[in-house]
Amino acid sequence: MSFFARLKLALSILFGGPAPQAPALPAAAAPPAPSPSPEPPRPTPEAQHASALFVLGLLQREGRLLDFLQEDIAGFADADVGAAARVVHEGCRKVVARYLPVTPVVKDAEGATVQVPKGFDANRFRLTGNVTGEGPWSGALKHHGWVATKVELPEVPTSVDLKVLAPAEVEIP
Amino acid sequence: MKYAIGIDLGTTHSALSYLALDSEKGRGAHQAVLPVPQLTAPGTVEARQLLPSFLYLAAASEFPRGSLALPWRDDNQQVVGELARSHGAKVPTRLVSSAKSWLCHPTVDHRAAILPWQAPADVTKVSPVEATARYLEHLRAAWDKELGAKAKLSAQEVVVTVPASFDAAARDLTLEAAKQAGLPRVTLLEEPQAALYAWLEAMGEGWRKQLKPGDVLLVVDVGGGTSDFSLIGVTDTGGELSLERLAVGDHILLGGDNMDLALAFSLAEQFKAQGKALDAWQLASLTQGCRAAKEALYQDAGLKKAPITVPGRGSSLVGGSLKTELDREDLERILTDGFFPRVAVSELPAQARRSGLAQVGLPYAQDAGVTRHLAAFLSRQAASLGLGGGFARPTAVLFNGGVFKAAPLKARVLEVLNGWLSTAGAPAARELEGADLDLAVARGAAYYGWVKAGHGIRIRGGTARAYYVGVEAAAMAVPGYTPPVKALCVAPFGMEEGTQADVPPQEFGLVVGEPTRFRFFSSSTRRDDKVGDCLEDAEASGDLEELPPTEATLPGKGGALVPVNLQAAVTELGALELRCLERNGEGRWKLELNVRTE
Repeated sequence: MSFFARLKLALSILFGGPAPQAPALPAAAAPPAPSPSPEPPRPTPEAQHASALFVLGLLQREGRLLDFLQEDIAGFADADVGAAARVVHEGCRKVVARYLPVTPVVKDAEGATVQVPKGFDANRFRLTGNVTGEGPWSGALKHHGWVATKVELPEVPTSVDLKVLAPAEVEIP
Repeated sequence: MKYAIGIDLGTTHSALSYLALDSEKGRGAHQAVLPVPQLTAPGTVEARQLLPSFLYLAAASEFPRGSLALPWRDDNQQVVGELARSHGAKVPTRLVSSAKSWLCHPTVDHRAAILPWQAPADVTKVSPVEATARYLEHLRAAWDKELGAKAKLSAQEVVVTVPASFDAAARDLTLEAAKQAGLPRVTLLEEPQAALYAWLEAMGEGWRKQLKPGDVLLVVDVGGGTSDFSLIGVTDTGGELSLERLAVGDHILLGGDNMDLALAFSLAEQFKAQGKALDAWQLASLTQGCRAAKEALYQDAGLKKAPITVPGRGSSLVGGSLKTELDREDLERILTDGFFPRVAVSELPAQARRSGLAQVGLPYAQDAGVTRHLAAFLSRQAASLGLGGGFARPTAVLFNGGVFKAAPLKARVLEVLNGWLSTAGAPAARELEGADLDLAVARGAAYYGWVKAGHGIRIRGGTARAYYVGVEAAAMAVPGYTPPVKALCVAPFGMEEGTQADVPPQEFGLVVGEPTRFRFFSSSTRRDDKVGDCLEDAEASGDLEELPPTEATLPGKGGALVPVNLQAAVTELGALELRCLERNGEGRWKLELNVRTE
């Protein structure tokens, strides 16, 4: 018999006789107390290059980049390397798109003839080949370059050891 | 500052959208969605538009100290959001998911710490109400951090959405969770209505050209975990178009997650045939791969197959990865035909026979055919709406939910529905286009806040069910015979917010001063029952559903039987309240639809 079935219905048609005694309800069990926390080791981030470590950790987490780089791929068929590359490509691409979206420096197609003005921004252009005079120059675009349009990294954490790029995972059976 | 604020409290994702009430700007496509800071990895807090509705109960030493801190809370051990979801996939015994489905579970105690279901004893479990409160609390904290200087969320009018299929008890629990989360001023809104509000907002005044009197609008909402149907009628009231929600469907635990899982299971079988068994983690990553492959195939009709790589869990990526492909044929067979089969409108969802001993868990839909559930909904509502002719005939369809980002699935639903309509000689239903499938519910909820402030058009509806209270008949005790429980209608179908109904005087006795139980029933089809109507045998009646059992000890002298009158009220917030008023006396008792007190 279910617990409820032992209880009498609260509403009844009057004159149907007195309600029989219902059993007392058991008290609710107290929730278990949380176990005391042991002291974890104090993290020591490499302050100066913290964000470099952080980005590397991101690329590993999302795109398994370190696993890919650290694996000896000499013995594998190209198809296997290719399949793994899809994982890296998809994950790392997501990281770049989300945190450091990039766009070509020059919008023209590679191979097109482009003009580089006198007094150009030497950060954005690199001249190669027959570099003479003070410009302006006309030349073939060999690589359109990349420039980050935004830097949207989250705050670099201070509560974790950033040198650990991926923790060892232990599954408890 | 006063805002209209909408919270989509989803089974798998939550979101908050808002607009300033005194500004015409910021509506429509510009309506803001709150960026919600959440842990994405230990130590990393990022703001995202969606908050995954997952709660991870971390062990004390599981993560580096302080790495679970949030901008508003340093000593956090309960993780909500992205990290909860991603890490929880590897530690299922500490992960609370689908709390919303547990909130409307028919038999469990919603206030008991039962989640994660079947977690080991050392995990401090939470109740479905508490888990829901955690998600709302997280959104409140995120709001207060971002906009608290202008207006605290607790002081604002907030609209929270619930499935249309939520019964009064589940709605009550949602309001209770909101209170626990520090949001006392919450109004509930049904999700399909929210989706329609979002569409109305997107259309501006143009909606009057797209809908005409006599239109019956079907909202098909297939989210991550649930499917929800509603019918909304368009009528002409004194020259003005008005909208009225006519009917809502049952709670169906079937959604996009089932679909991705179905694809993954089929591919996992192929691996198994090759002698490669996948572990749970690989299956999860195969499921994600299937989702991406599915999206690629649905996006580009020219694609024959999409590659999927399942990385191994170890550090060997090239050596440990398994590769496979999702064929278009498989996708259509498993997903398009499996979940949206071409069926006749007379076909009913299969009900698997329950074994004598069933494990308690979420009552997942036994039939994966969304179109079959739709057929059942339209057929059931036809008679009740007085439409006759076998099934209710929509004239327009509004889709909602991420599943319908796949255009072929929308097309399939329309094809099947229009097949039914054409067989019945009715004109084809058209699709109402133009809503944002991910954020429509949150946006629509915020828009509703603006409507409540006296603008725009309001969808009328009232309760989507009639409610009954179980009354014991006076009968002599006969061993082995249980007298039938009568169902007394206390709140009729379509009872509007802010109204109350008195049950005509009858001789009722209320047992006070000792633990007793209440039985409540509801019906989504009995439109004509009036307050005070009595059904002789609640259990034998095929169209009544019983709500979770409720027990209470009402204050009073032990075991006394107090003569009372019954009164039902639907509050402005959309909650149903039942009151017992002592006849010739001062006594008043509120009956909670969902209470278990000691």
